[in-house]
Amino acid sequence: MTMTELVAGRPVHPSEGVLPGDRDVWLFIMAELMMFGAFFIAYVVYRQAEIDVFDAGQDTLNRSLGVLNTLFLITSSWAVVRAVEAGRAARSAEVVSRLTLALLLAAGFVVVKYFEYSAKFAAGIDLTTNTFYGFYFALTMIHLAHVLGGSVILFVVRHNAQRGAYHPQAMKGLETGASYWHMVDLLWIFLFALLYLLR
Amino acid sequence: MTHGLTDRTHRTWLLLVLLTVAAFGISDHTEWARYAGVATIAIAYLKGRWVVLDFMALRHAPPLWRSLVEAWLLGVSVALAGVYLSGITPGVAA
Repeated sequence: MTMTELVAGRPVHPSEGVLPGDRDVWLFIMAELMMFGAFFIAYVVYRQAEIDVFDAGQDTLNRSLGVLNTLFLITSSWAVVRAVEAGRAARSAEVVSRLTLALLLAAGFVVVKYFEYSAKFAAGIDLTTNTFYGFYFALTMIHLAHVLGGSVILFVVRHNAQRGAYHPQAMKGLETGASYWHMVDLLWIFLFALLYLLR
Repeated sequence: MTHGLTDRTHRTWLLLVLLTVAAFGISDHTEWARYAGVATIAIAYLKGRWVVLDFMALRHAPPLWRSLVEAWLLGVSVALAGVYLSGITPGVAA
């Protein structure tokens, strides 16, 4: 079977049939997804009751910054995939440089969020202003905590990579950090769609 | 050996960028009203699926794990679209 696929020019995926990273962390990721899934549905349900309030609140968000932050996280996730690919190919220096890129993009996300929050606070808008802003601040702040936590994980993984901890036979730590980071990206894709775009 | 994987990674990234820009463009067309709303949720689903399969690399993972995450993604997306279209509101007494 393997030979057939190689002959056909279809290399077998290096992690074929294997969960990337630590199984316990995947259970944690599933729990996080369930929690955020409930938040997303609650947001749309509450939006129906006060569509005018939600639409007016959404109009005060800077959608271009929302797009920019989406591009930051998507590209950061992409850099982490490339780091995992480099690890599987035993190219340690590339693992470090790609994780550095991922961390810089994560920092970009945090800086944009800082400016967005600052503008709202300066305008006297906060978590308690109305239902829309309650959801906006609560959901994006919980997510931001995940961005910061994920960044710490990536930083530790990068530090380990500098010490040559990852190679084709030892990928678990790198894959685990990567899986968590992709979850942060996945959750933002929905937050961006719901908070910034859905009318 | 890894070129095929790398190519897919690049392609997925490009698709995610294009869909982000498309979602941004669609949301401007408020005259399309509900279609734009459903399209926004559908695009989030598609982007999420590419992240799950190609970035999280669940495309090649054990079927149980792939099914769990894909079920979450589809379940949440269908629920969002269902709530959005049906106009369900929180059951709070007025």
